Amino acid sequence: MRFAVIQFPGSNCDVDLLHAIRDGVGEEAEYVPHTADSLEGFDGVLLPGGFSYGDYLRSGAISRFSNIMSEVSRFAEEGKPVFGTCNGFQILVEAGLLPGALQRNKQLHFICKTTELKVDNNQTKFTSKYQKDEVLTIPIAHGEGSFYCDDDTLADLKANNQIVFTYASDNPNGSIENIAGIINKKGNVLGMMPHPERAIEDLLGSSDGLRFFQSMISNFVKETADV
Amino acid sequence: MKTIHEPSAEMIKDERIYAQWGLTDEEYRQISEDILGRLPNYTETGLFSVMWSEHCSYKNSKPVLRKFPTEGPHVLQGPGEGAGIVDIGDNQAVVFKAESHNHPSAVEPYEGAATGVGGIIRDIFSMGARPIAMLDSLRFGELDNERTKYLLEEVVAGIGGYGNCIGIPTVGGEIGFDPVYKGNPLVNAMCVGLIDHKDIQKGQAKGVGNTIMYVGAKTGRDGIHGATFASEEFSDGEESERSAVQVGDPFMEKLLMEACLELIKDHSDILVGIQDMGAAGLVSSSSEMASKAGSGLVLNLDDVPQRETHMTPYEMMLSESQERMLICVTKGSEERVKELFSRYELDAVNIGYVTDDGQYRLFHHGKPVADLPVDALAEEAPVYHKEYTEPARIQQFKDMKDFEPIVENAGETLKQLLQQPTIASKKSIFETYDSMVRTNTVVGPGSDAAVLRIRGTRKALAMTTDCNARYLYLNPEMGGQMAVAEAARNIVASGGEPLAITDCLNYGNPDKPEVFWELWTSADGIAKACNTLGTPVISGNVSLYNETNGEAIYPTPMIGMVGLVKDLDHVTTSEFKQAGDKIFSIGETKADFNGSELQKMQLGRIEGELFDFDIDKEKRIQDKVLKAIRNGWIQSAHDCSEGGLAVALIESAFPKELGIDVSVDIPKEWLFSESPSRFVLSVKPEVAKEVQALFGADAVEIGEVTDTGTAMIQTHNDQMELNVHEAKQIWEGAIPWLLKSKV
Repeated sequence: MRFAVIQFPGSNCDVDLLHAIRDGVGEEAEYVPHTADSLEGFDGVLLPGGFSYGDYLRSGAISRFSNIMSEVSRFAEEGKPVFGTCNGFQILVEAGLLPGALQRNKQLHFICKTTELKVDNNQTKFTSKYQKDEVLTIPIAHGEGSFYCDDDTLADLKANNQIVFTYASDNPNGSIENIAGIINKKGNVLGMMPHPERAIEDLLGSSDGLRFFQSMISNFVKETADV
Repeated sequence: MKTIHEPSAEMIKDERIYAQWGLTDEEYRQISEDILGRLPNYTETGLFSVMWSEHCSYKNSKPVLRKFPTEGPHVLQGPGEGAGIVDIGDNQAVVFKAESHNHPSAVEPYEGAATGVGGIIRDIFSMGARPIAMLDSLRFGELDNERTKYLLEEVVAGIGGYGNCIGIPTVGGEIGFDPVYKGNPLVNAMCVGLIDHKDIQKGQAKGVGNTIMYVGAKTGRDGIHGATFASEEFSDGEESERSAVQVGDPFMEKLLMEACLELIKDHSDILVGIQDMGAAGLVSSSSEMASKAGSGLVLNLDDVPQRETHMTPYEMMLSESQERMLICVTKGSEERVKELFSRYELDAVNIGYVTDDGQYRLFHHGKPVADLPVDALAEEAPVYHKEYTEPARIQQFKDMKDFEPIVENAGETLKQLLQQPTIASKKSIFETYDSMVRTNTVVGPGSDAAVLRIRGTRKALAMTTDCNARYLYLNPEMGGQMAVAEAARNIVASGGEPLAITDCLNYGNPDKPEVFWELWTSADGIAKACNTLGTPVISGNVSLYNETNGEAIYPTPMIGMVGLVKDLDHVTTSEFKQAGDKIFSIGETKADFNGSELQKMQLGRIEGELFDFDIDKEKRIQDKVLKAIRNGWIQSAHDCSEGGLAVALIESAFPKELGIDVSVDIPKEWLFSESPSRFVLSVKPEVAKEVQALFGADAVEIGEVTDTGTAMIQTHNDQMELNVHEAKQIWEGAIPWLLKSKV
């Protein structure tokens, strides 16, 4: 499986995603600049964390207008996998590929630590290798990660099992219903504030993020192979 | 539209305007008579005043810095370039440097700290290295007033704001609190980078006809200190002066860093030299690049990208606008450079060329505005040998009786110590820094040293910042030795072999013989420790004049040290790992309380004669600890420093909330003694004998790790029993509580 890691100006977890794919799960990954027109030849798209355009104005608000984003939307419409972590999640929300919004953390400052993350839905192509309600050790690092949506959207998310990850023990940022990661209705676009790509090796504290990418690879590859 | 009337050369002389810019009468005489043979004009006087400032020329500190060992078999680059470089094998090297941003941070703490981070990062990538980690060393007054709380919160926010955004993990550091820093906080930032030998750059402008290019952000009027002498007239009467504090843009620097690293990696055929435009901006970078290469330079200032209108040559040359670099490229390759930088949406502009006449010539609006010998500007500032006198307090301290602490109940004293902000957990602060980005952080903030693996190898780098300035206040020479020793202890406890140091020498006004004595003698101590420990000084900076209302800070030479962990298996943390492990106290514990945290807590001040320290013994003990770690015997290792043995023991118990059952052959007061050269180790029981044999008389087995969650410490005259979880809450809650409590 061949992944595109989109590089927006100011992305800084691009290198982490690249290593997670290449060294962690042994698949192909290439950087694709925000100016590119095409995702031809890629089987999956990864939107990295960081501070695209400095997070000036609002996280993700400028990046959603990047040249590559129309191609990312098309890619998503075709049912191919799109994953955004941290700033990538913020961009997906700004681009309307996922519902809701990400507000400033309740403490009003950046927070970086390891969190306990609960798998609320393991019936997705991103989480099938986890047990339902399994608690993972995954780092967070963000200043604007408090997920918010209106009541109707929340009801919708629940009704469609779109809430994939929640913070298990303490809610680090004030997210509504402890939400850490959600998926679109179609099940091919997932965004989350925590960083599974930082949890690939026990040497660095956890390898719980490995199965996230392994799930993607086995489920989405299978689909491509069937076609 | 405003018009600017710059004073004439005669006015500068007659009205002694140069003196207001910091040049002495004798310096001005040297410039006009010995160097130029004429009176310097306004721009030229400005150039000399900044280049001959202490900050750029080290004119007061040069004789001090000469004491430091700067060479070693593995040193590839010592002081003099953007940063020092040390070989770590496999054609790789580690690049590091620390820099202070004290005065800007006192005025505007967020931007002062942020631009301090930005500046030191540029120093690292200007050498060709990929920055991999940030550390800091901060000093504030006591957290008992709103101003200090504001300074702390804003400095921390500035460090995080810049480092988090640019995507370089902030992995370690230290923070201390003492009243002397109230009006003059210290903000020292250290950056560590990794480089392949072939990518090492120099800041040089050589090759006649080669092009000088300006890359990065535009130049504004920020950071100009002396511009008040240009009389200005405004048609709209609005602004008269701008803030002298620079404003950072980490997003811009991220782009600049990636563009420069791409230039270095992929276009080494056209790149001749590269340097950060840091302090004294364009003048210092350009003149140093030319002077180092023995070249001359012509710059056309009309081509300098400007953010503001009607900037004068003086303003452009002295501006400290951030996120700018100066590069020298081969003639004819300018378009390649422009194309590369345009992909990052950055300016890259030809502003001049290299000559062979050793002259530094500036043109503006087609007219020459400066014509000076470049060496005079960059190299030939006078060097002063300052007078020094031992301060009266030193003798007074020697005459004092040793401090005798009062400890009724060791557990209560320990709880009080854990709440002292210098000892209390800094978790609430370091959690606001991204310490993991780029996924190399094996040991992050909170242990003795941070450890980053070197991808693709079994090696890792350990790094730390340290300085106990209270010891230096009592005895600068010994305290200087101890600062280096403590840094090395932290590296060794983490499994690393100390390689080299960088420093930020923070002192008061060197014109005072007592202050200069502190600088002079502490440098002797630092040099001695560096020689004994085999850690040369490869880079650093000097920050003088740290005073408020005539009161100097403690002499505070921050030591930043990097060590090499030869195999990932050697990485060791300070936390106890499991019940049943044996605990060893390494080194000798005596009644050493002068300068201690306990003295400060009980007396409200520091005084007395500093206790003994033996650098040779320190080296012997460190070597054995490293050997034991490499033998695979050590479960945890922790430097025993502020707060003494009791604090070291309980800090090791905190992370996993394990218990300890310890008995020590000392009075309870000594649990808090700060005798130097000590570690707390825990080892697997099956190797306890080997450990004892290795250390001999330097080690005492004092007990074991338990799973009770209780710290039991038996001394001659006390039986301490402390709930580890409760103690941890006190320790972690102290700083958030101090910050929130109303004055």
